[in-house]
Amino acid sequence: MSEQKSTGGMVPWEVFVQPRTGAPHEHVGNVHASDAEMALQNARDVYGRRGKVVSLWVTPASAIHATTPDDSGPFFDPADDKPYRHPSFYKVPHGGKNV
Amino acid sequence: MNEVAQVEEFEARIRQGEKIEPKDWMPERYRKQLVRMMSQHAHSEVVGMLPEGNWITRAPSLRRKMALLAKVQDEAGHGLYIYSATETLGVDRDDLVQALLEGKAKYSSIFNYPTLTWADIGVIGWFVDGAAIVNQTMLAKASYGPYARAMIRICKEENFHKKQGYEICVTMARGTPEQREMLQDAINRWWWPTLMMFGPPDKDSTNSAELLRWKVKQKSNDELRRHFVNITVPQVQALGMTLPDPDLKYDEEAGAWRFGAIDWDEFWRVVRGRGPCNRERLRARRAAHEAGAWVRAAAEAYAAKQRAKQETNGVRAA
Repeated sequence: MSEQKSTGGMVPWEVFVQPRTGAPHEHVGNVHASDAEMALQNARDVYGRRGKVVSLWVTPASAIHATTPDDSGPFFDPADDKPYRHPSFYKVPHGGKNV
Repeated sequence: MNEVAQVEEFEARIRQGEKIEPKDWMPERYRKQLVRMMSQHAHSEVVGMLPEGNWITRAPSLRRKMALLAKVQDEAGHGLYIYSATETLGVDRDDLVQALLEGKAKYSSIFNYPTLTWADIGVIGWFVDGAAIVNQTMLAKASYGPYARAMIRICKEENFHKKQGYEICVTMARGTPEQREMLQDAINRWWWPTLMMFGPPDKDSTNSAELLRWKVKQKSNDELRRHFVNITVPQVQALGMTLPDPDLKYDEEAGAWRFGAIDWDEFWRVVRGRGPCNRERLRARRAAHEAGAWVRAAAEAYAAKQRAKQETNGVRAA
């Protein structure tokens, strides 16, 4: 998912597959294509040969912005010191049912 | 953080069974080993289409033809999964493909042997895909996330490859004396090259120790080879066929099959480009690449035209 140069006008497109209705789209890999239509067709041929696909998303790899591993400290820190967002933080007497 | 500390942290992550993802820091050597191994693997899938592709038009029935077409198409797809995973290491797919076309890249030596009869198609599915599954099941646990994910996908799809191959062999084993003879001949020719697929013996494998330490691989070449022999010999016996190894015998104590010496001179000869079909494979790959050039050019011209049209419309709308 990094910025990749490509010759011949074929650029990488990241592919997301929804295996059944109700399931989320999941990243499965990429294909090279000159435009969105070709990317969808290639994605169908490469990642959907067994059926089991109800929907496909493709997006130019260059359009995806991602955090970097260096961010993992400061960027995600705010979530690390809030145990009160988890149910295990709260104490209730044993025996209380369906709390 | 200095490099020594970075390597220590990296190796600690590997020891704890963590997966390494594309943007994580990794030793340059780890990246290089992965690019080498994964690109060779991708090339093998692509070149692997050629020996079997020869038989699509000569398949003995429509059922066999559909299966073989689907299998060969899968190999193309598997090549793409692995090229895609290799690109996450910052290499360009076109450079990899170019290296293959120029004869600078390696691929599995098994695909430099000819497919002489229909029985070869059965035996390739059974032996060659069987060996690939043993290898890939291990690689599905590789420490590099994108490689492991591609392997999981491939393993799920490849089970039918082996089974359709064995079905062909079962059919021939129950057939006429000529068909049985044809099957035995194919088994004899493919057995040793298949055992060589797992790579040089551990004592001569220059890359193994490092790959094992970094958990790219979890088992050595010899371990994988022994496992393959142990699962395959009973399948040969079930067909009433034999293997071309007079030293093959069952070791009761170890509960394992012991096999004879592998001709490693042959292996290195084929790896270095002097196998029976090395030149023919590259010629066919180059011809296919050149024959597809107009499709790539047309797609690009079309996309450029659509982009230009959109820009013009955009200006008008504004």
